[in-house]
Amino acid sequence: MLAYLIRRLFAAAVMLVVIILVVFGIFFLVPKWAGVDIASSFVGKQADPAAVEAVRQKLGLSDPIYAQVWEFFKGIFAGRTYAAGGDVTHCSAPCFGYSFRSEQAIWPVLTDRFPVTLGLALGAAVLWLIFGIAAGVLSALKRGSIWDRGAMVVALSGVSLPIYFTGLLSLSVFVFGLGWFDGQYTPLEESFTGWFGGMILPWITLAFLYAAMYARITRATMLEILGEDYIRTARAKGLKEQTVIGKHAMRSTMTPILTMLGMDLGALIGGAILTETTFNLPGLGQAVLNAIKNQDLPVILGVTLITSLAVLIANLVVDVLYAVIDPRVRLA
Amino acid sequence: MTAPLHEPTAEVAPSAAEEAAVAGTDAKAVQGRSLGRIAWERLKRDKLALTGGAVVLFLVVVALLAPVITSLYGQDPDAFHEELIDPLFGTPTGSLGGVSGDHWLGVEPVNGRDIFARILYGARISLLVGFLSALVAVVLGTILGVLAGFFGGWVDSVISRVMDGLLAFPQLLFIIALVSVMPNQMLGLTGSSVRVFVMILVIGFFGWPYIGRVVRGQTLSLREREYVEAARSLGAGRLYILFKELLPNLVAPIIVYTTMMIPTNILTEAALSFLGVGVKPPTSSWGQMLSSAIDYYDSDPMYMVVPGVAIFITVLAFNLFGDGVRDALDPKASR
Repeated sequence: MLAYLIRRLFAAAVMLVVIILVVFGIFFLVPKWAGVDIASSFVGKQADPAAVEAVRQKLGLSDPIYAQVWEFFKGIFAGRTYAAGGDVTHCSAPCFGYSFRSEQAIWPVLTDRFPVTLGLALGAAVLWLIFGIAAGVLSALKRGSIWDRGAMVVALSGVSLPIYFTGLLSLSVFVFGLGWFDGQYTPLEESFTGWFGGMILPWITLAFLYAAMYARITRATMLEILGEDYIRTARAKGLKEQTVIGKHAMRSTMTPILTMLGMDLGALIGGAILTETTFNLPGLGQAVLNAIKNQDLPVILGVTLITSLAVLIANLVVDVLYAVIDPRVRLA
Repeated sequence: MTAPLHEPTAEVAPSAAEEAAVAGTDAKAVQGRSLGRIAWERLKRDKLALTGGAVVLFLVVVALLAPVITSLYGQDPDAFHEELIDPLFGTPTGSLGGVSGDHWLGVEPVNGRDIFARILYGARISLLVGFLSALVAVVLGTILGVLAGFFGGWVDSVISRVMDGLLAFPQLLFIIALVSVMPNQMLGLTGSSVRVFVMILVIGFFGWPYIGRVVRGQTLSLREREYVEAARSLGAGRLYILFKELLPNLVAPIIVYTTMMIPTNILTEAALSFLGVGVKPPTSSWGQMLSSAIDYYDSDPMYMVVPGVAIFITVLAFNLFGDGVRDALDPKASR
């Protein structure tokens, strides 16, 4: 178990380094091939050459790419000082870079926005797990019934509706039409009820999409498992149907669901870009989208790193949970 | 040409073929039916899947004929109709976002472009990106998946690691990032065509591991089958086994994953355009229309409903058809 964990952590670290390299590659090499000067894109369209040169110096853009990557890693642990002539900017550890567009260090931006996204993802996950799994299990147990057909039609529609459309619809009906919510985000530390009220629509909209996916997967997995020999054995032993379904079948059904949950939650915690854009929530996803539009590389790097970290950690947790849930899985 | 060592055409998936053979015997007198035929007969009974397929076909025809239809309809998708706009609020005059005999689905706020014509042209972008990016993913996924499964060893290790890595990437983020750094001109293309081209490549590139994993798994198990061993013992070369024995048996899972991938890709294209990194005006795309509609969700809800419903119908039709195809090709699937 310990050896397995160490191996997985090592793989995760390698993956993070690869991701950082790829991000650097996308934003430094692709524009280079395309003949776009990064320093001038940081400064603005009509920048004078001296200003462009200063930015190039300060950000170390003329250094070879490996040196830039190294500086970035060093900054995370030791902090970093950007200097060009007399113009010095210090960014203390953990320095995930410094945005010269918004004149601020990236780390506070990340810590500011992270709770918004985390709240969105976790709240929605609770809803979609409850409704998705319940709908899927009931459909599987009552296969072919009206309930099953109805639930599956709703689920198929759910996966076919883009979240930015359901989001806009719900805003139009519940915020503008009925006036139940004000459609504004309130930070949790300001007021719990305000925060909760502002998050209800995003939660429900996001959860609807995922509940639909989870219901479909749960139903399919459950049907497959109900046909397995060990379920027949359990029934033959004379176990109560409740125990057969609740204990024996549910355990195996949870395995693929857990895999999905790990990936989905990881991806969402790293920024629910579409939901945050639709509902105008100040989370990581919104930050990274704005950064991409402004070509604000340091922000993109920082958020991508956090996102990837979230995905990797979520996957790791899931793999460990496998062994707990499914007795057939043994981690070697 | 030598006679084929083995006749794999009847089989699409080996496990499927075995069960199909059983099913075939009790259905009619002993008469061979290919799995393709059995699948088609199952699909024909599936009313929902057929409806989905018909809608998909209709959409493809409409998209191809968009210029013809709009000229018959008499509206240009890029023509402004500012006379139909309320100068004070910027929203269309008249009810339901300016619906009239001339403008069936109303006009856009501010500039008054005809929504019906723009929806038709938007269908071209959606379907083009949806189909072609799936094609990119299928070609890459099949080639690399077969290579990994067939050769094993370090080839398999490398390809599998790359697939795992790509699947663990925050994909939407990278797709947005890649699409947004692309220049406005490349390879003789300009403006929207560059963006469409880049979207096809990038979405396809991030999609191949899904197909690659399945193809690799199938190849691994097929490689050890008796008929492959038989072919090998009769002296068949690697290429023969690859193309004549393995590939025909991979067709079913590839078809299933392709049909499931197209709607996802259509949603991704719409999402990119919604986020403002995909197709940009004046070229029309459903996602971009929805993104402009954010500002009018209270004053002109029709503007958001039309492209939203267009996306919904298209994706739903593909999903219904895809589910049907999967059930038809998989004898174990039971509804």
